[in-house]
Amino acid sequence: MPETRYTKDHEWVRLDGTTATVGITEHAQAALGDLVFVELPEPSRTVAAGEACAVVESVKAAADVYAPLAGRVAEVNTAIVDDPALVNRDAMGEGWFFRLEDVRADQAALMDEAAYKAFLETL
Amino acid sequence: MTNETEPARTPLDAMHRRLGARMVEFAGYAMPLNYPAGILAEHLHCRREASLFDVSHMGQASLAGEGAAAALERLVPGDILGLRPGRQRYTLLTDERGGILDDLMVAKLDRRLFLIVNASRKEFDFAHIAAALPAGVNLAPHRDRALIALQGPAAAVVLARVAPDAARLPFLGVAEMECAGTAAVITRSGYTGEDGFEISVAAEAAERLATALLDQPEVRPGGLGARDSLRLEAGLCLYGADIDTTTTPIEAGLGWTIGKRRRMAWDFPGGVVIRAQQDEGPERLRVGIRPDGRAPARAGTVLVDAAGAEIGRVTSGSFSPTLNAPLAMGYVRRKFAEDGTRLTALVRGKALPAVVSPMPFVPHRYVR
Repeated sequence: MPETRYTKDHEWVRLDGTTATVGITEHAQAALGDLVFVELPEPSRTVAAGEACAVVESVKAAADVYAPLAGRVAEVNTAIVDDPALVNRDAMGEGWFFRLEDVRADQAALMDEAAYKAFLETL
Repeated sequence: MTNETEPARTPLDAMHRRLGARMVEFAGYAMPLNYPAGILAEHLHCRREASLFDVSHMGQASLAGEGAAAALERLVPGDILGLRPGRQRYTLLTDERGGILDDLMVAKLDRRLFLIVNASRKEFDFAHIAAALPAGVNLAPHRDRALIALQGPAAAVVLARVAPDAARLPFLGVAEMECAGTAAVITRSGYTGEDGFEISVAAEAAERLATALLDQPEVRPGGLGARDSLRLEAGLCLYGADIDTTTTPIEAGLGWTIGKRRRMAWDFPGGVVIRAQQDEGPERLRVGIRPDGRAPARAGTVLVDAAGAEIGRVTSGSFSPTLNAPLAMGYVRRKFAEDGTRLTALVRGKALPAVVSPMPFVPHRYVR
């Protein structure tokens, strides 16, 4: 099981070799509330680290989801487009957003779980 | 008074926090955005049974004295002189250019008019009204009162348990009565499109009343988030978003608030401008908009025609829990205002097809 890392924008990423699975954190889904709309990146799109590449919307507000690492979109989770509430129910698992391949990893900028928890305490 | 660091608290503040509300600042007040159930569940519960909303941030005032109704008529296009005791009416404060300074509810009690104005506008409104009063007419803001809205198809049955006479009020009726052991002014009105009531009580009685209502099995608390999505489904305007000093009653589709007698004289602020707009047709109109697909078109979204030319903008946009689809309202050039007109919303640079649609999006269920 690859280690989960976190961004300050509340994405999580699991890196397995050069493939990274990306989602939003439990904290992010709770803060957004009931999600009603998800827009995912086009498969095969190349993204830079920190680039906005997905959108989530609750009844009240819209938020961007950023690519935690540079890479190419290999796969998107269409299940959350059909059922955005899946992200609320299982943000860290079945509610994943997209997979990046050919990731040029710079994990130094990402937090481990302890660091992310500490970061949440500062908010 | 409020300052920038510390929002004011309503008399129900402690209760909201005990209920686990997510508090946000709105119009200078700490207000519940939603409770742990979430906006979707709170919204749907109001449509199904009954929801309690704290709207104590809104401004309440009494206008009394010989000639009070005539004095208010100098500021609004509504027929206030013709308002019978026990009745309430929606009206607008207008300015000399025909813009809308605020929208408000005016209720006629035995010896006074009872006003409810928007939280964000109350200090302005009270000063504006007070400055226009003749000697002998007095405006008394009620800063020591709470306002609780009980909305939904079960509201009348529930409220009758603590205020038996309330269920006899007609839609837009008002009466002073005892409610859960305290003196209350109750109107049969609201901001959700459902049957319901707004109950004004002394601040110190607010939590006792709210608790008595929340103890009823049909009632759950609703926050500002649900209140906003409910009013959008009902096609009701939010001041500061859908109407303001740059919009006129005619553009906003609120021409019906101009009293029949008032249309003879047009003797209210902006009457000349508003009359001309009514006769010639305004350049733009407020319309309902339903985007295709599921992406909400939020306030500020640019609307374009088939050629890509801007024809208007969204002023309120959200996702409708009842219809499970996005909804919006906004202003478009008049020739695009007819129901069924196809237009395009530019959402994050993408062209999103949408259609002009009749409002309310969800039928009103007022008692008649």
